[in-house]
Amino acid sequence: MTAPIVIIGSGMAGFAVAREFRKLNTETPLLMITQDDGTSYSKPMLSTGFTKKKSADDLAMANAVAMSEQLNMSVRTRTVVDEINPSEKSLLIAEETLYYDKLVIATGAQVNSAPFLEGGSDKVCSINDLEDYRVFREKLEGKKSVAIIGTGLIGCEYANDLMAGGYDVHLIGPTSTVLETLLPLEASSCLKDALIASGATLHLNQMVISLEDDGDKVCIALASGDELTADLVISAIGLKPNTQLAAAAKIEVNRGIVCDRTLQTSEPDIYAIGDCAEVDGFVLLYVLPLMAGARALAQSLNANITQVSYGVMPVVVKTPVCSVVVLPPPTSEGTWSTESDGFSSTSLNKASDGSLLGFALTGDAISQKQALSKQVKGLHT
Amino acid sequence: MKKWMCVVCGLIYDEAEGWPDDNIAPGTKWEDVPDDWECPDCGVGKEDFEMVEF
Repeated sequence: MTAPIVIIGSGMAGFAVAREFRKLNTETPLLMITQDDGTSYSKPMLSTGFTKKKSADDLAMANAVAMSEQLNMSVRTRTVVDEINPSEKSLLIAEETLYYDKLVIATGAQVNSAPFLEGGSDKVCSINDLEDYRVFREKLEGKKSVAIIGTGLIGCEYANDLMAGGYDVHLIGPTSTVLETLLPLEASSCLKDALIASGATLHLNQMVISLEDDGDKVCIALASGDELTADLVISAIGLKPNTQLAAAAKIEVNRGIVCDRTLQTSEPDIYAIGDCAEVDGFVLLYVLPLMAGARALAQSLNANITQVSYGVMPVVVKTPVCSVVVLPPPTSEGTWSTESDGFSSTSLNKASDGSLLGFALTGDAISQKQALSKQVKGLHT
Repeated sequence: MKKWMCVVCGLIYDEAEGWPDDNIAPGTKWEDVPDDWECPDCGVGKEDFEMVEF
């Protein structure tokens, strides 16, 4: 019997690889192993549940059985891979040894931890998959106020979405603005002002010291000495790639699992894709790089070795009070210039020779996304 | 008239309705939607849509 191509992980990356591979090859056996329940859902949509009036159930696109049929793929749910053994091309699952022909690691990323999270309050949530989202929505029943720790993409999207759901929102972050790592100051100010104008309470330049249950509420102590209370807390302080399984098998790991442009790791026949992967030096936790990777990897798995080609991949931040599209410049060599009008702003990052390296658009200015994208060189194109 | 679904986020493009926000008139067939049109929700391109039956 031929050993299957094994995919570890049932997130967008795992399913995208399976889907793209099946477009090329309907015969070769595929096996997906996941510690989750194998439901296919769109992760970017988790932070738009209220805006789109969708519950956790509504966001589930297909269950494991349906996906298994659709993709002619075996799916083992609630199953943890304990070890990878590259020299034998095998996996250890509890007492069982399972052989693979090729292995795709698509284990995603996990939410960062922080000292203030160690109290273990059940009123603190982090949302990184559909199951987390279901728990979060259950806890939110009958509640009024939510404090979000973290002013990155996820923090800002949930702030906007929870306001759309009628909740009082507090947003807490360590710098003077929001989306500070993605946007130039003028663009981030537009989003910041729009969130405030829509009713969010921002606590900026603030570090969280501790979270403590106070009856039905959580009391949040800040480094400035201020305190605030909320019914529920969301911790959104960033993600880190899940690399432990690979590292334990002596596969090279840096920030993510190190891959070349064919998505192959330091071991032959073992590949990594999605949030867990560091492809050609890039760790990009977004949809577009993942889809480009899935298409290239499907070709390679089908014996047509193909390099991924990252084009121009703008990041869309789903904050309807002030939509944001940003193409971060690849290096810090360029200079930003901004024109703004209310919540609408156009920031261009240009090299000394005038060529466009990146851009950030807010509000109505996002309509320029496609026109500007065509003026920029892609990462590989 | 057919419907196309974004496999990434589940957004439906219904040919009968078009996508007026992007100046795509009702009745516009999928093949006539501009090649650089992107999913309004998640940003992927037309190649990540699949035809669906309801």
